[in-house]
Amino acid sequence: MEKNITTAEELAKLQREISVSEFFLKNRHLLGFDNPRKALLTVVKECVDNSLDACQDMKILPEIKVEIKSTTEGRYLVSVEDNGPGIVKEQVPKVFGKLLYGSKFHRYRQSRGIQGIGVSSSVMYGQLTTGKSSKIISRIGPKKKAYYCELYVNTKTNEPQIAKEEEVEWHRDHGVKVEIELEAIYQKGQKSVDEYIKQTALANPHAQFIYKAPDNDKPIKYPRSVAELPKEPKEIKPHPYGVELGVLIKMLGDTKASTLQGFLTNDFCRVSPKVAKQICEAAGVYVKSRPSRIARQEADNLMKAIKKTKIMAPPTDCLVPIGEESLIKSLKKEIVADFYTATTRSPSVYRGMPFQIDAGLAFGGGMSAEELSNVMRFANRVPLLYQQSACAITKSILQTNWRNYGLQQSKGALPIGPLTLFVHIASVWVPFTSESKEAVASYPEIIDEIKLALQECGRKLNMYLHKKHSRELEGKKQSYIKKYLPHIGIALKEIINLDEKEKQKLLKILEDMLERSRVKLDTEFNEELAQHEK
Amino acid sequence: MKNKNSAVELINENAKGIYQKILARKKPDLKIPLRALSNVKYDPKEGYFEIKGLIKERTLTVNTVKTFAQTLRMMSESKKLIESDDMATKREMYYISKNWEDARFDEQPESDTVIDDIEAMFMLNREQLGFIPEEKGGEIAGKLIVVDKDPATGKELKIDCTKFGSGAYSIPISVEHLKFETNANFILAVETAGMFQRLVKHGFWKNSNCILISLGGVPTRACRRFIRRLSDEKKLPVYAFTDSDFYGFFNIYRTLKVGSGNAAHINKYFCVPNVKFLGVTPQDILDYKLPTHPLKEVDIKRGKDALKNDPFVHAYKEWQKAVELMLKLGKRAEQQALAQWGLNYVIEKYLPDKLKNQKTWLP
Repeated sequence: MEKNITTAEELAKLQREISVSEFFLKNRHLLGFDNPRKALLTVVKECVDNSLDACQDMKILPEIKVEIKSTTEGRYLVSVEDNGPGIVKEQVPKVFGKLLYGSKFHRYRQSRGIQGIGVSSSVMYGQLTTGKSSKIISRIGPKKKAYYCELYVNTKTNEPQIAKEEEVEWHRDHGVKVEIELEAIYQKGQKSVDEYIKQTALANPHAQFIYKAPDNDKPIKYPRSVAELPKEPKEIKPHPYGVELGVLIKMLGDTKASTLQGFLTNDFCRVSPKVAKQICEAAGVYVKSRPSRIARQEADNLMKAIKKTKIMAPPTDCLVPIGEESLIKSLKKEIVADFYTATTRSPSVYRGMPFQIDAGLAFGGGMSAEELSNVMRFANRVPLLYQQSACAITKSILQTNWRNYGLQQSKGALPIGPLTLFVHIASVWVPFTSESKEAVASYPEIIDEIKLALQECGRKLNMYLHKKHSRELEGKKQSYIKKYLPHIGIALKEIINLDEKEKQKLLKILEDMLERSRVKLDTEFNEELAQHEK
Repeated sequence: MKNKNSAVELINENAKGIYQKILARKKPDLKIPLRALSNVKYDPKEGYFEIKGLIKERTLTVNTVKTFAQTLRMMSESKKLIESDDMATKREMYYISKNWEDARFDEQPESDTVIDDIEAMFMLNREQLGFIPEEKGGEIAGKLIVVDKDPATGKELKIDCTKFGSGAYSIPISVEHLKFETNANFILAVETAGMFQRLVKHGFWKNSNCILISLGGVPTRACRRFIRRLSDEKKLPVYAFTDSDFYGFFNIYRTLKVGSGNAAHINKYFCVPNVKFLGVTPQDILDYKLPTHPLKEVDIKRGKDALKNDPFVHAYKEWQKAVELMLKLGKRAEQQALAQWGLNYVIEKYLPDKLKNQKTWLP
């Protein structure tokens, strides 16, 4: 007994508040900092996603500059600069110097931000691995000077700590520039920053990127292929089918409504007073109960009642897909191929959440005909580079029978051929398989929609391949004419004793006749095909 | 039959027509009667498969330019052969085409098809075009003297078909010049060489005063023409004796009687309309308790197909019943199955019985 108490006291001495930094370091894999290579990508990604979302909010065509410089052995300086609206001086420290600060997390709107944990985690990673502060420049308009600061995250209190701040001259009228130095490894290939920038440019045809990798003397420019901003995604209230018990309880506590009926109709979409009444009745709860007084058991009953009640599907006009035309333009710009096609499905719903699928493909050109095709996955225009095999997008591709569309495919494998596949899911809430947000969860509704989109692209590819084949045949036919026409001349000359002049004249006419009909066929065919080709 | 000069004329006319059409900047075409069972009709009064009007038109296009050129070159070769009074076998024609460079044939069936096309196009027999088959024409034993000519001297040669011992006289490829002397009562056409041998060995033709012909499978054109001329000129009835199966009924007997669907344009001359089917009938299988083989899937299909599509079967109730009976039995029997009852049963019992009782025959 005596000894046990001593142990408990000793334990108490060891117990202390876990600091944010400790938690961060121990759970870095959840946040995208598993290894130095991925850390570099995550930092770039957090900054670029923020820039794109900020530009989108203010309806600005984004121009984003990304530069990675090697500083000392094993360290890189990442700098990301945008032409967005800028951040007001008071907000800068919070956005960059406080973990889990943000407005996007509980909003039901299609946005990139739901992908990550926030740019402050990158600042924290930088300071933990290099001991250096991050440098921010922000300017909100031409009338004001730019605000410059160097800051840390206080790892004990999770509060921003400013090392230096001042007003500075800056070449942009408005925008933000972030510089973070961190321990990292820069590599090329799949899952690299290079690939991320390329794919981000693909999924955001309205944005322009200038990217300078550490080993490049000159930056690579990704010009925009569409000069129009995508439509503004609308924010919607959650649909009852989409909430989980924890969220429901939190919403019950946070609501401004004074009755349960009011809460259900105001805080959710597609709930009329009549439907609200049905739910309350089914749950055995009084419609005029105060939401804040609903106990856990009653909330559980409400959940069950919601599942049993028929509620209209959520509105789907809140989504903004990339769109067939923009996607094709984008593919043409970034991928060298012979054939491009794309399709955008109508919006659909999984578990009360609206979503919409874009799919596209590029075929031929410089790609290898012997290898498995490339897959590019996107969620709300953000490329997904990790966990390919766990993703619903990959599963949908594997479940599609590409042999129907003129490609080779082993059972349960990606199709073989000079092919790049592009699949994008837009949703107010993309379901990821895990916190690292790298793979889309396999809801049957989502898989079905992706497969339908892929099948449509596949059919167009098949048409192209067919036509290509018949065009090659046409080529063969031309040589056919050259080969066999003279024999008609020889035979007729022999049978009806033509002289050489008559024979030549005959052959000339024949050649004209056959060539004309062949060329006519060929031209019609080319015109038809031109619509799909570069 | 049309003579030599008309073949040359037809070729000339056709070639001129093509030439004129090209000069007028129109696409020339070749009109070839469709060579298939679907393009024949049968009227028992006429006695043979007659061609209906179905024509395939081969217009000169990029796709047809190869066969078009080959057909014309083949016509030119035919003209050369006729004018030099020469002949070439189908196989030789295939080798001649090897001089045509790009237009040459890769396989003999391709050149054979072109020859058949030209034949049908001009409604001529291939011999009239200077082409001859390599196929064997059938064998003869019995009460017949064939009057031929010595190919070297042109002197008349009399060939007595009773004097071949255990062998037989071979029908030549061309039979138009032959003359016949006989006092036989009938001609018996036998499907298999084995059965023919047995009948020869035991002197069946002596006892029955007949002419035995071994068809050796589906009768060749020469064989059919030989039997036709012999039967017409000497007013002899012809009886057929084949296996009891659909191949024996239709590929062999029907071709002998009414000609083939594939060369319907010349059936008129290459058929024996008065031939009768003596046996072995499906009813014989039952009556003579013959050992049988089960019908295979393809046999059943062949029988059903005959009931449905064969104009010859359509013309005769008796044949329809026979086919139905065979399908019902699900069995077929060979000629030689008669040996079940002793090797000479066919000579001592079966044939004498059948010859006496014409009611058991099929038309």
